[in-house]
Amino acid sequence: MSWETVIGLETHVQLSTKTKLFSRASTAFGASPNTNVNLIDCGLPGVLPSVNKEAFYKAIRFGMAVGAQINQTSLFDRKNYFYADLPKGYQITQMDLPIVLGGSIEIISDDSAKTINITRAHLEEDAGKSIHDEFEGFSAIDLNRAGTPLLEIVSEPEISSAKEAVAYMKAMHQLVTYLDVSDGNMAQGSLRCDANVSIRKKGEKELGTRTEIKNINSFKFIEKAINFEIKRQIKILENGEKVTQETRLYDSSKDETRPMRSKEFANDYRYFPEPDLLPVIISDEEIQKIRDEFPELPRDKETRYQEEFGLSVYDAQIIASSKSMADFFETALQKTKNYSLLSNWLIGEISAYLNKEQIEIHESKLTPDIVAVLINRIDDQTISGKIGKSIFEEMCTNGSSPDEIIKSQGLEQISDDGAIEEIIMTVINENPAQVEAYLAGKDKLFGFFVGQVMKLTEGKANPNTVNSILKDKLK
Amino acid sequence: MSIQFKSIVDLRAMLDEGSISASELTQESLKLAKKYKELNCFVTMNEELSAKKANAIDLNEKDSSWLSGIPLAQKDLFCTEGLRTTCSSKILSNFIPPYSATAVKKLEDAGSITVGKTNMDEFAMGSSNETSFFGNVHNPWKKGYVPGGSSGGSAAAVAAGIVPAATGTDTGGSIRQPAAHCGITGLKPTYGRISRWGMIAFASSLDQAGPLARTAEDCAILLNTMSGHDSKDTTSLNSDVPDFLENINQPIDGLKIGIIKEFNLGDLDPQVQALFEESKKNYEALGAQFIEISLPNISASVPTYYSIAPAECSSNLSRFDGVRFGHRAENTNDLNDLYIKSRSEGFGDEVKRRILIGTYALSAGYYDAYYKKAQQVRRLIKNDFDHAFQSVDVLMTPTSPNAAFKFGSKGAQNPVELYLEDLFTISSNLAGLPAISIPHGQINSLPAGLQLIGNFLREDQILNAAHIFQKNSDHHQARPNLGDF
Repeated sequence: MSWETVIGLETHVQLSTKTKLFSRASTAFGASPNTNVNLIDCGLPGVLPSVNKEAFYKAIRFGMAVGAQINQTSLFDRKNYFYADLPKGYQITQMDLPIVLGGSIEIISDDSAKTINITRAHLEEDAGKSIHDEFEGFSAIDLNRAGTPLLEIVSEPEISSAKEAVAYMKAMHQLVTYLDVSDGNMAQGSLRCDANVSIRKKGEKELGTRTEIKNINSFKFIEKAINFEIKRQIKILENGEKVTQETRLYDSSKDETRPMRSKEFANDYRYFPEPDLLPVIISDEEIQKIRDEFPELPRDKETRYQEEFGLSVYDAQIIASSKSMADFFETALQKTKNYSLLSNWLIGEISAYLNKEQIEIHESKLTPDIVAVLINRIDDQTISGKIGKSIFEEMCTNGSSPDEIIKSQGLEQISDDGAIEEIIMTVINENPAQVEAYLAGKDKLFGFFVGQVMKLTEGKANPNTVNSILKDKLK
Repeated sequence: MSIQFKSIVDLRAMLDEGSISASELTQESLKLAKKYKELNCFVTMNEELSAKKANAIDLNEKDSSWLSGIPLAQKDLFCTEGLRTTCSSKILSNFIPPYSATAVKKLEDAGSITVGKTNMDEFAMGSSNETSFFGNVHNPWKKGYVPGGSSGGSAAAVAAGIVPAATGTDTGGSIRQPAAHCGITGLKPTYGRISRWGMIAFASSLDQAGPLARTAEDCAILLNTMSGHDSKDTTSLNSDVPDFLENINQPIDGLKIGIIKEFNLGDLDPQVQALFEESKKNYEALGAQFIEISLPNISASVPTYYSIAPAECSSNLSRFDGVRFGHRAENTNDLNDLYIKSRSEGFGDEVKRRILIGTYALSAGYYDAYYKKAQQVRRLIKNDFDHAFQSVDVLMTPTSPNAAFKFGSKGAQNPVELYLEDLFTISSNLAGLPAISIPHGQINSLPAGLQLIGNFLREDQILNAAHIFQKNSDHHQARPNLGDF
């Protein structure tokens, strides 16, 4: 029998505001436990929330980028449940009137484009963290994350494979980082998703019973978790059984999903309008300001790179695909004029290195400054491209400047005609037999002479100069 | 010289002429609190810090602003930095806040001295002060009788003359009804007039702080200081705060006072009715006109309130879970057990009852029928008031359908009996309107209160009407005989 998969994703994007959604405590990642916490975040008796408009601006920027309707009057609701890392016993979220309604995002999977519609995106506060394995006999609570603004983006159930789900999350990652809405750091939980997965017979209209896989935080896990779940559900259906609607967790160490204990999700959240907050109204002027300051998106950058710097379509696409790469490129361009050499290096050596290390360019030791210097030294023939590649390795390890490496290791290219001529004469004089054979028509030996010159100069002789002088001398 | 029963205006004059120092005044107040300990007005005294502050005021350059050196009591629902704040609940019996409520901070910044925290119904849920973890408060007028609630300790402390004024909060009548039962003046301002920051929430959309004092004039002095927008409370109003003393003495000639038809005053206790008629006559003599006016939806106020207030309370009280502060049960097996035991041990019966009602009213399948419907009715009640204020300046009702009653005599079998105590007061909370209760006579030697409800942000009008009444009568000067305490 032929089956069809239907997936809807709920993406949680941690917004990169300096302070929390309802308090002025810092949102910085990695602080000591319970230090980015104020009276409001720990839900002391008598405290009240007050809204951080910056979070709204970021949410609106996202909404504009996906062509959504922006609700300029926004209401908050309380979602009530008890958990130790939820200080107030309720989460402030948006139920009835989300800030962003509708919109769509284009994904590219297996080289073909597809549009996924977005149902809504709403603002809410994140919970703290419960730590169960660090203290013998105790659970610990870290409230640093409590109150961090989240944008929950709900997609329509239009995704039809694990691969498409990954493509959707990649598109989402690109968008939110480009918009400076979030740092998009999945390892730190800034971007994570819940996947609603169901299976139906091909051609059927009605949706099958779905399960929800909670809190997946890497592209790899999204693919694995969904694929596991698809196989599991198909097996159930093929055995003539029924899928149970439930919430499941993906365990990456076992590569499987399993149900959460029923207590963990069998909640009646008793939503009701948050009485501590008035409706938040965004003025037309604020909307206009967001529009005026709208950042350049990947598509616009691609076009501009082709027009302004003469990059090929392919090169422009690769550089513009990631915000950090594009930023790097544009900053380096302030220090070098050789656009094409710079883009070759970014797409070639540098991308290869980043792929190998599995890091983004801003996480490496490379800076636009030192890469621009490297390009300039190759461009002005201080060093050859080959020497450039060996210097690059050291730049990656130590972040040191190419000029320092060239100086300390004496790698400067020898372009002086007199010096090169002297070395060439030595080679010719020391190899009379080869000279005779070459002059007798054995052209291939030309490479031998070049090799000898390079050997004596430790590769520093300018190859063009060597070629022309050598040709002249061997006439 | 005794300071007992003196108003803020009296004490200001004494301080200014140098017949008493701030330190002496504070010590006298603390002494009176001790002397009448049996009233059980206070949960926590602030002896050391108040003495220190009074001393500092005496040493400072002379300050004749209204509240400098004046002792006040704060309802134990306002957070006070470094001073235990319990909400009269076991669950907060060990809670010392690291910050102060805006209302308290403003009063203290104006030079007033917090001598102690007053007893109240647990989490402000009650109309008789009988739900306090720290025991009943006696009505200073009669031992064994309730002072009203929930701000019962504040009302009794002012009525007994221990402090000239105190803060209270009013969610459904919790300032006005105890003020009426204790024979003092109590004002609930417009919702949002005073910041709720640092007020431990009962029902967020109804809670409002306000003063309890001996006179309308003293209420105006406190209101002047407590009011104003606070960036920490987005529901606090961004409106100008007038000087409430400025027009308090204006003649009320031609004031249009509305009598609400639906309250069927004819059905009331004849003594309550008689006092009301007498006050009407007094107001007429002062130049006011009376107009009967219909507020068709007002009779739905009590059920509407008892859907909305418990719903908000059930959510607001979720933070009392034994995890970060307050009472935590011992010997618990897991997180759920910790919640269940801490909350079962920490909350009293009335609080539990309201959490249950509220949880029910918000549940899936019931939300529309209860909470949502109640909010719709609330809107209708608000519209009724808006309509009424097109033809009248203020509305007048008795504050309470009866005078103070004996401990344990109401609500023991049927809680609704007690809920009806707030029949006349609840609607102004639902509509967010200001209202004041002033003493206007006695029923069987117990005080009775008269309520004036004002239009949105028109505290000035009800203060003016109350002050003129008090200038022409002496009900507010009656003092209880405290011989039994």
